[in-house]
Amino acid sequence: MNTQTVAQLRGAGKQRGAIQALAEVDLTIAAGEVYALLGPNGAGKTTAISLLLGLLRPDAGEARLFGLPPQDLAARRRIGVMLQSAGLPDTLTVAELLAQVRSYYAQPRSLADVAALAGIEPLLGARYAQLSGGQQRRVQFALAICGRPELLFLDEPTVGMDTESREQFWRTIRELVAGGCAVVLTTHYLEEAEALAQRIGVLMLGRLVAEGSLDAIRARVGQRQIRCVSSLSAEQVRAWPLVQSVQREGERLHIVTPQPEPVLRELLAADAQLRDLEVQRAGLAEALQTITREAA
Amino acid sequence: MTTTTFDAIARRSLALEARLEFLRLLRTPSFAVPALAFPVLFYLLFGVLLAKPGSAMRVAQYLMATYSVFGVMAPGLFGFGVGVATERDKGLLALRRALPMPPLNYVGGKLAMAMLFAAIIVTLLCITGATVGAVHLEVTQWLSLFVLMVFGALPFCALGLLIGSFVNGQAAPAVVNLIYLPMALLSGLWFPLNLLPLAIQKLAVLWPAWHLAQLGLAATGQGGEGSVAAHLLYLAVFTVAVGRWAARRLQREP
Repeated sequence: MNTQTVAQLRGAGKQRGAIQALAEVDLTIAAGEVYALLGPNGAGKTTAISLLLGLLRPDAGEARLFGLPPQDLAARRRIGVMLQSAGLPDTLTVAELLAQVRSYYAQPRSLADVAALAGIEPLLGARYAQLSGGQQRRVQFALAICGRPELLFLDEPTVGMDTESREQFWRTIRELVAGGCAVVLTTHYLEEAEALAQRIGVLMLGRLVAEGSLDAIRARVGQRQIRCVSSLSAEQVRAWPLVQSVQREGERLHIVTPQPEPVLRELLAADAQLRDLEVQRAGLAEALQTITREAA
Repeated sequence: MTTTTFDAIARRSLALEARLEFLRLLRTPSFAVPALAFPVLFYLLFGVLLAKPGSAMRVAQYLMATYSVFGVMAPGLFGFGVGVATERDKGLLALRRALPMPPLNYVGGKLAMAMLFAAIIVTLLCITGATVGAVHLEVTQWLSLFVLMVFGALPFCALGLLIGSFVNGQAAPAVVNLIYLPMALLSGLWFPLNLLPLAIQKLAVLWPAWHLAQLGLAATGQGGEGSVAAHLLYLAVFTVAVGRWAARRLQREP
């Protein structure tokens, strides 16, 4: 294994009850990169993370953290974790919770640094139960980063955060990544993956059906979207060659095509009044839809 | 196989963990108030106020030993039973296992908490007994009762851990009470067993609380049935067997 690899699944398979939750998954996280694991509910994202964290053991293949089994304390001392649900003790204060998790690490961040990074300075004296849902998420994030991790696991980190907290959160992640921290992220918010991730893996029914850079994933979808304000009817445009689908949203037409240039020529020729023309490559959402449809 | 790490980080962390576990429960009134107050209140009521003067058995002395058992059962049963069940439900156990928590911390912190609560409860009962209960004991007898009860909390920690590995957080308080209160009655903690049917007296050897109570009576010079060595052996075997069963269940994958 090369030294740049911080986490790895090799041929990993895992049965959960009657369901094959994960099958023959190969996945490698390099030092310093942000890797987003995407896929519909039940695709195996949480199982994959649980294998990497050592919460579950694979039935087939293996999981490695820094070249060691994830159960090894020496490996886990180099990671930070934020899970989807973690009901921390209600009656302890934020400062006490931080002290507890900081005590697990050899050289933790100072309390002041963690509080500043996570934006929780005013909350340190408060008991956990008194916090709002968004504030609790920020405390959970603070616990994840307090040990100066080289690899950070974030399972649906921004669920329950408002837009402003989310953007603040993204800025902090970028800061940590600039400092050399790698991140494994699962999220339902595609804009989150687009904002943060360098590489994306798409899980579907327990299999890794696509993996690559953000651009490579987007390019998996050959389509382009054309949007414009036009008086042409959807039926009329749908009859043209190379047009995959047409939808009307108010006065705007929304056309999907694998090859936009011939369609554009026809459009401009057919409607002299046409305006507000936009051509876009399909976004991550469309790419995921296509990939998961192909895989199903 | 992973080896158990107990280095300097783990030792410092364990001390903090024990303190926080104690604070957590001290700030939980539904636990702290009954656990600290009930044994003393019941003892005052039944051992001192309602005791017939001149009764053949010295009620205040008998109940001081048995209410100590009743008292030290609670931190183990509730602290472990309800605590573990709730923390399993809420995903906290998973988070702590994913974080680099030293493996001994989870149980170690809770054990220290239970023994500290046990020490406080026995001390309160002994002070009450020595003052308003007019119980007179040798210094060595006081000390042996104290040490016995602090370690006597351990079998109930194991039992609590096992309960916590079976039931969810919602059901745990009810399940714990359904074990705690009948066992207290059937072990003769509230009144001597010879007031109950013979069959119940015969069954008493099954309950760890009965064995601890016999040891408590012996330590305070009140005889107690059976041999000290046999009671100690039973409690040690019970603690290890139940504790290992619980640990195996908790290490299983969800």
